[in-house]
Amino acid sequence: MTMRRVGLVAWHVFKESVRDRVLYGIGAFALLLVAGSVLIGQITAGQDVKIIKDLGLATIEIAGALMTIFIGVGLVSREIDRRSIYSLLAKPLPRWEFIVGKYLGLVLTIAVNLWAMAAALYVVLAWYGWTSPENIRLSWTAPAVDPRLLWVVTMITAEMALLTAVALVFSTFSSSALLSVVFTIGVFVSGLASADLRHFGDIVDVNPAVATFVSAIGWALPAFSEFDIKSQIVHGMPVSLGLIGSMIGYAVIYAASLLGLSVALFARREFK
Amino acid sequence: MATAVSTDRLTKDFTTGFWRPRPHRGLDGLTFEIPAGGVFGLLGPNGAGKSTTLKLLLNLLRPTSGTASVFGLPPGDINAHRRLGFLPEHPTFYDYLTGQELVTYFAGLFGYSPSDCRARATAALDRVGLAGDRTRPIRQYSKGMVQRVGIAQALVNDPELVIFDEPMSGLDPIGRRDVRQLILELRDEGRTVLFSSHILADAELLCSRVGILAKGKLVASGTLADLTSTAGRGWEVVAASVSDALVERLRPRVAKITPIGDGRYSFDLGPTEAPEPLIADLAAAGASLVSAAPLRTTLEDVFMERVR
Repeated sequence: MTMRRVGLVAWHVFKESVRDRVLYGIGAFALLLVAGSVLIGQITAGQDVKIIKDLGLATIEIAGALMTIFIGVGLVSREIDRRSIYSLLAKPLPRWEFIVGKYLGLVLTIAVNLWAMAAALYVVLAWYGWTSPENIRLSWTAPAVDPRLLWVVTMITAEMALLTAVALVFSTFSSSALLSVVFTIGVFVSGLASADLRHFGDIVDVNPAVATFVSAIGWALPAFSEFDIKSQIVHGMPVSLGLIGSMIGYAVIYAASLLGLSVALFARREFK
Repeated sequence: MATAVSTDRLTKDFTTGFWRPRPHRGLDGLTFEIPAGGVFGLLGPNGAGKSTTLKLLLNLLRPTSGTASVFGLPPGDINAHRRLGFLPEHPTFYDYLTGQELVTYFAGLFGYSPSDCRARATAALDRVGLAGDRTRPIRQYSKGMVQRVGIAQALVNDPELVIFDEPMSGLDPIGRRDVRQLILELRDEGRTVLFSSHILADAELLCSRVGILAKGKLVASGTLADLTSTAGRGWEVVAASVSDALVERLRPRVAKITPIGDGRYSFDLGPTEAPEPLIADLAAAGASLVSAAPLRTTLEDVFMERVR
């Protein structure tokens, strides 16, 4: 019964998101950029397919982050703003099931969109590979339709699942959507720089106490930078499956911890 | 008789102010009981604590002190929530869903099978008069239709206890009449209806028992009959074609004379006076009787007296 209710809430989030104009706006923007990468690729002699892959994957990641942040911060706060939360919580729906359902629903929405954009990128790459002369194709370090791109998309999906959990924490306790957006973007950007923060003392000559403090923040923040394997894959370099597996495990554990925090915050919340 | 809802010294403090938070008592030691079956009206002016009470019963708010129970279970207990339906004040729902989709979704949270959910949603929407608008998106609904869909979602689980927060709010006269009729039907089906309102006329028509809140305190509670006694307040006699001389002659015998206009007067008799001699005298002096009615304490009288 619990799983069924969680599934219902999740399915409802998915349904709400696919009817949301924001999603279509970001999706259209992303598809446009993926298609536009072909034009950009054509003006960079010899590097065209790499540019298409690079731009395409970066677009998928950015579009995924935008969707996650802008839909994620409203996941709970919108229910409170429009007072639908009163009717929902009057049903036999424990609060933790509501939070978990919301989370899974948005992860499903984001994953479907990321993989749809990846499919669009593959179509563009397939067309480009098909229309390129053989001598050009032979100069590529990786084929145009490289199945290893799927690992990048898998990593982006894991990264966005973690970012969804961050957005949900802010959505659960903040009463301002704008502040939630700012905080979530702040954590995302800091997380992208987390590797530098962890080694702050090595990069910048500062007081050891400050270096330790900044390094601790670097370790505490979600390590979004570690999910980035785009350049290795695009340049045909090896990426260990162990790294991918461990980053997925990291995302699951970190997201589960944040989900626990959201559940705890939401359990204490009152609705005036 | 079983108890549907009870509270014991239920108190809720809020804090107001950002820089210097100050406590504000929203509900102060509320103790009452609602027996199962019948309609209970929680009345009071705006800010009296009606919605706070309902939210405490549903665990949307947590008490500062005191306790509450629904079907003997603490607020928030899933087993209590299976047996109740709630309509919040000024409800708004997911406007991209149709009425049918919304109520089906809410029905699913009770664990019914998908086909049962659809059937229940259809029946609930039919019941509130939205049969023809089930498949329209809620964003196209009028305020009254949203209120109706809110009532439908509250009834989708066939609840034993129905809690309505200001159910008449935003409804036109026809909508209000329909909701009144629905509440009476729910009562006749043996359900308990608890509703908050500041519209006393509705409460007087519907409630078997009422509680009146003012500034967070319960200032009156009981059956409507107890609170609005007809005994001991005298009579009001209205007559037409009453001459000024007759008015002066009758003045010593009546408690109060109120001119209505065009020779019409209202005569209030005290609790010890019978109306018949006055009616006879009026007739003998050529005046015509318009009406004679016992003076009763209305819910409004009780409300105004206790709330002020």
